[in-house]
Amino acid sequence: MSVLSDQLVTFSILAYLVAMVVHAVEYALGNARVRVGPPARELVGAAVAAAGGAGSGPEPTVRAAAAAQQTAAQRTAARARLAGLGAVAVTVVAALLHLGALIARGVAADRMPWGNMYEFVLTVSFIGVASWFVVLWKRPTLRRLGLFLTLVMVLLVATAELLLYTPIVPLVPALNSYWFIIHVATIVFSSGIFLLGVVPAGAYLMRAGYEQGRRSFPYLLAKRLPAAAALERLTFVLHAFSFPIFTFAVIAGAIWAEAAWGRAWGWDPKETWAFISWVVYAGYLHARATPSVKRNVATWLAVLGFLTVMMNLFGVNIFFEGLHSYGGLD
Amino acid sequence: MTVTDDRPTPPAETPRPRPNPVLALLRNSWRQLTSMRTALVLLFLLAIAAIPGSVLPQRGVNPEDVRDYFVAYPDLAPVLDRLGAFDAFGSVWFSAIYLLLFTSLVGCITPRLRDHIRALRSKPPAAPKRLDRLPQHTVFAAPAGGAPAIAAVLRRHRWRVEVRGDEVSAEKGYLKETGNLLFHASLVLVLIGVALGSWYGWSGNRVLVAGADNAFCNTQQQYAETSFGPQVQSADLPRFCLQLDDFEARFLESNGQPEFFNAKVTVDENGGTPRPAEFSVNAPLRLDGANVYLLGHGYAPVVRYTDRFGRSQTSPNPFLITGDIGLTGEGLAAFPDANVDPATGERDPELQVAFSGLYLPTAPQEGPFVRSEFPTERNPLLNLVAYRGNLGLDAGIPGSVYELDQRQVDAGRVKEVGTKLLQLGEVWTLDDGTTLEFLGTEPYIVLSVRHDPGSTLLLVSSGTLLLGLMGSLFGRRRRVFFRVRPADPAGESSTPGSSLVEAGGLPRVDHPGFADEFTRLVAAVSGAGRRVDPDGPAGARVGAE
Repeated sequence: MSVLSDQLVTFSILAYLVAMVVHAVEYALGNARVRVGPPARELVGAAVAAAGGAGSGPEPTVRAAAAAQQTAAQRTAARARLAGLGAVAVTVVAALLHLGALIARGVAADRMPWGNMYEFVLTVSFIGVASWFVVLWKRPTLRRLGLFLTLVMVLLVATAELLLYTPIVPLVPALNSYWFIIHVATIVFSSGIFLLGVVPAGAYLMRAGYEQGRRSFPYLLAKRLPAAAALERLTFVLHAFSFPIFTFAVIAGAIWAEAAWGRAWGWDPKETWAFISWVVYAGYLHARATPSVKRNVATWLAVLGFLTVMMNLFGVNIFFEGLHSYGGLD
Repeated sequence: MTVTDDRPTPPAETPRPRPNPVLALLRNSWRQLTSMRTALVLLFLLAIAAIPGSVLPQRGVNPEDVRDYFVAYPDLAPVLDRLGAFDAFGSVWFSAIYLLLFTSLVGCITPRLRDHIRALRSKPPAAPKRLDRLPQHTVFAAPAGGAPAIAAVLRRHRWRVEVRGDEVSAEKGYLKETGNLLFHASLVLVLIGVALGSWYGWSGNRVLVAGADNAFCNTQQQYAETSFGPQVQSADLPRFCLQLDDFEARFLESNGQPEFFNAKVTVDENGGTPRPAEFSVNAPLRLDGANVYLLGHGYAPVVRYTDRFGRSQTSPNPFLITGDIGLTGEGLAAFPDANVDPATGERDPELQVAFSGLYLPTAPQEGPFVRSEFPTERNPLLNLVAYRGNLGLDAGIPGSVYELDQRQVDAGRVKEVGTKLLQLGEVWTLDDGTTLEFLGTEPYIVLSVRHDPGSTLLLVSSGTLLLGLMGSLFGRRRRVFFRVRPADPAGESSTPGSSLVEAGGLPRVDHPGFADEFTRLVAAVSGAGRRVDPDGPAGARVGAE
């Protein structure tokens, strides 16, 4: 089972890589001109539903001018759409392989596959991709974000396999508690959503710059991304969903710490960085709720929050020594 | 920390003729402090200020690391120490940030609480004149019963409703602000809980060797290290005694990783009858007024020293584990009362004896014998150095019972008199004819005994914090208005003679699902009444969303 899990991880990395390439094909085929017409309406409609009256159709003159190019453009658009759907399908396959790897690992170890950093990163990234399907199902127009998502997946899963790989061992007694499932499951889940949340956050920052007329390097990449307002809203929804779960996870951790180490909060490096993440994300939610703070600034806070989560996941395990030393790295 | 931007604006104050400059400064500072911008900056500062505490060793977490840091950076460490960097979370700068933040928070939520209570007690406002200016708007045939019937439907949908003649105003989603206030108030309670714990809490750590002779009772002197809150006296400690009967540990055969711990103890609380109890990692022993936590374990070799007058002393000496997986222990067996002349009763401090070295539960087959291979006792071995001389224990200087006073060695007052690998049951005869026998080992456990009176408050306020947070994030305040009016005289309506209802909806926060909700609500209100479309686009808008 252990070997099977390892092979499945390798295959899922390859599948994410393929999905990324197919997404890139969609991206390359994507043509800005076809976005006048029904798709544009769909996009804007999703973005600013509350505004009402959006997407009332293009001006007749524009329609006439574009008519000649429509056929060719639509053909390309159809191909791009096909590529996009193909990319999603490959991502699904990759996610299934990924899930299979996790299950095999769990069966081989006879416990939840969250016992060390390798398993933790695998689970967090799986939660990220699974939540991506939920987002995609609710808002199909955001499909192009898949390019960035699969990129993040390839990086994370490959990092896990190449740098963090640990053979299967049972849990140390300190982890042998039902709080292990409660605390770690919620931490994994919320980290997965934060991971997904940083994709629209980064995309928003590029797209917002693009919409303001910037055409230099990172902004130009956002040419074919969904509208900035939709990305920004998705960023907020994901973080607003994840933040209470993260808060619960930290509280559950404190309750567990009281039972295991005799104190609810002791400023262990992991705890300290969870505190930092919590404060930064709280700052993001406050900043977003404050009209005088620009959305750009707020979104940067979300990105910063994710960096602190990554610091906690990788940095604290590698650089600091603390009570949460279950990384499995020597 | 104003979150909602739709706070009712306070009535404009009549300008006072000559404002006191001091008062004005104070008022402006207060406004500045309680502004959202300041709160955000403080939050950000708080996050940054927490970083040094994770990078530098902390006294509260690991005092040994701080000592090591002083050795490694003799120039930098005192400077950092003066800045409070080794107690970062209790330092002036960290405290200043969170106290300012909490002041800002209280200053912000207090007026909001007042406003919210007022809003909860007041009725939904009257409908605006032009309902078609609201984000949601539609017109439909009036249901039978008119405004009261509409109000009844709305009440069934849990709206707060006010009927004014032909108009119905309704509001919903007060939970958002309630939750928001609850969340912030809970944060204050969490802080109070932490403060209670640090003022009235205490803790002590010690090693407890198995056996009736090694039991201890809960007094401050019985702990190797204690931490008492400023409001705690040593007389406040609850009375109990603890004796370790047995300690069980299981390890993985493959790599020695621990799998299971369990400590069996006898507890004697408040002078009652002693009772047996068990505890483990993750399952502390909860006593009246104190909890006992299992932090670690190891072996205490029991050795018997027979001095030159033939008198024997036996002692179990906990050898502190050095941190490897094989539970290699490092420690000291000191016999300061050895070699007392039984005839004169005089003690020669120059003839005190101590044995310092390592204990290996599973010694390797070949040397060097410095690292145990497995945590259970498969091949127990003591690797000892014998010392004779004045151990410095009489000087009254507090010293470690786990290591020899190095100053005495350096000063030549203690001399090394031999080294030996000692197996179980083996007797070592020293140069002066005295002997040391390795009798066996007893398990010992490292205990932390703690009391935190703030923990219940912490738990409860964390719960309300979470509830408040969810209310605040997922609650959405919105208003709807219905106005029953006679049918359009122009006769566009398909049901001439009947009256129409004009409805408008206003989400007071960002709420993309509001259009759907509004459509459903209108459908529920109109009931069997057929929707009409007197003014095209506005009616069509509902369908389009």
